[in-house]
Amino acid sequence: MTAGTLPGVHEERRASSLRWLVDDSLTIAWRWLVAMVRLPESVVFSAIQPLMLVLLFRYVFGGAISGVRGSYVDYLMPGIFVQTVTFGSVISAVGMAEDLQKGIIERFRALPMARAAVVTGRTLSDLTRNLGSVLLMTGLGFAVGFRIHTTGLAFVAGLAILLLFSWAISWGFALIGLAVRSPETAQLATFPVLLPFTFASSAFVPVDRMPGWLQAFATNQPVSRVVDGCRALMSGGPTVRPVLGALAWSVGLLVVLVPLAVRRYVRTD
Amino acid sequence: MAGEPAIAVHELTKVFARGRVRALDGLSFEAQQGTVLGVLGPNGAGKTTAVRILSTVLRPDGGRASILGLDVVARAAQVRRSIGLAGQYAAVDENLSGRQNLVMIGRLSHLSRRAARRRADELLEQFDLTAAAGRSLKTYSGGMRRRLDLAAALVAEPPVLFFDEPTTGLDPKTRQDMWAWTERLVAGGTTVLLTTQYLEEADRLADTVVVVDHGRVIAQGTPASLKADIGTTVLLVTLANADDAARAAAVVAPLGTHPPTVQGERVEMNVADGARAGSQAMRALDAAGLLVTGLVLREPSLDDVFLQLTGHRAETGPEPLDRPLHPVPPPEPQGVLGR
Repeated sequence: MTAGTLPGVHEERRASSLRWLVDDSLTIAWRWLVAMVRLPESVVFSAIQPLMLVLLFRYVFGGAISGVRGSYVDYLMPGIFVQTVTFGSVISAVGMAEDLQKGIIERFRALPMARAAVVTGRTLSDLTRNLGSVLLMTGLGFAVGFRIHTTGLAFVAGLAILLLFSWAISWGFALIGLAVRSPETAQLATFPVLLPFTFASSAFVPVDRMPGWLQAFATNQPVSRVVDGCRALMSGGPTVRPVLGALAWSVGLLVVLVPLAVRRYVRTD
Repeated sequence: MAGEPAIAVHELTKVFARGRVRALDGLSFEAQQGTVLGVLGPNGAGKTTAVRILSTVLRPDGGRASILGLDVVARAAQVRRSIGLAGQYAAVDENLSGRQNLVMIGRLSHLSRRAARRRADELLEQFDLTAAAGRSLKTYSGGMRRRLDLAAALVAEPPVLFFDEPTTGLDPKTRQDMWAWTERLVAGGTTVLLTTQYLEEADRLADTVVVVDHGRVIAQGTPASLKADIGTTVLLVTLANADDAARAAAVVAPLGTHPPTVQGERVEMNVADGARAGSQAMRALDAAGLLVTGLVLREPSLDDVFLQLTGHRAETGPEPLDRPLHPVPPPEPQGVLGR
């Protein structure tokens, strides 16, 4: 038999490896977004959660929390944004663990696709989802009294910083999902990380009301830095230092987590 | 590339769990282009590990493997363009429709958007899934899933296919279909590596069979030569009274190639010439005054092959997914003499 009589491999498009990374990542992101749209009830419930948080914090804690300059709702909204995208990124861990468990990653690994695309696509789909949550919350926020005290452009920049941070931690959660291998464990494994970072932070209350030993952590940890950056861009005050602090954390996390997650994906035993 | 084996495996080793489990222990075999190679072995023999290494998913610890002359480690990216993978785990996306699954695989195999859609529709038609194309996989039956899994392996029309226990857990009808599809693919020039626990399946499809146990090849040849080597037929005598079994075993023992085994009221033994041994056994048992309720001659099963080649029964693995979900019916008896 000669090579000419072999069944022909389909005419494959030629392109650079960066092009494949982009294309393949978008295909994987498409896969997750289609799956989400095919389950409309999951969209509804994942939209309700951030809306409930806005309402509860605004009306339940709003009256009791003091020591905040300006109105509490203006203080609160950047915090709720960051908390919601942080919790929203947990789904990356569950998704990767599920894929591993069901064996579909085995098929992806045997396809000529870009190695980093499976995790990149997953994190991009979460980024899209988080964008949706943030837009919804902004709408409700305006309805319950939230006002921008800077410019529209600064507000959009604030959202961009927030979403960059959410993308960075999606990589971290994807890494957890790839490492623990079971969706249930993945979900449980993320809470010990999530709770201290979201609550021992400047998201809901000013850090200076916390005990001294906690303040050092609460001031400098990534969630607080990102909240402070967003708050500066949305409600005013000194901007440069908080924004740089937020960007430094997000970029730093990406630099560390992206290679770790891709390495973990490629490793099979 | 003419004459190059489609699949070549040389002294492959793979060790898991920090050296405690030796999954592959010097595995070697070859498959020529346009043929079916059956890799036959019990659970835990190393079949799936070998397929995972050949499909570039797993790196070997030692030895070499190549697909159409391309090394699976050094030229993994090129190998991935030449292979398709279908397996017992039916790895498709539950949350998408059948068509969306195939379009996704097409896109990830770097077909253009239009080509991926066209190919998906072709395959849905071919595997009789057109009516269910838009439905979520959650509504698919086990057989439909397996068909979609096979279709997914064929999206890029790869010249080399790996079917890892493709019929484990399938109903007889889908099994027959799967065999017919495999035959059609091979007639078109595709090379197929098929792992299986069923001698019957290897017998039906494979041009060459390698029998694997503990990560190494313990026998190889055509299905016919393999069966000839291991004593062709199994004689199974069922007695009315279990107390007579030992005496019956002693009566038929001289007819066998190996000593008989007794289990309850059943006596089992390998014989060389099935028909003659059957009638002789009948007469001998009659003469001894033993009441026989059944006498069956059947093709040897994988279990028999293993007993013959290794002296031990094929061990069943610990993973429940590795076992058939529905027991596969035993091969058709060659002839039944009964009372």
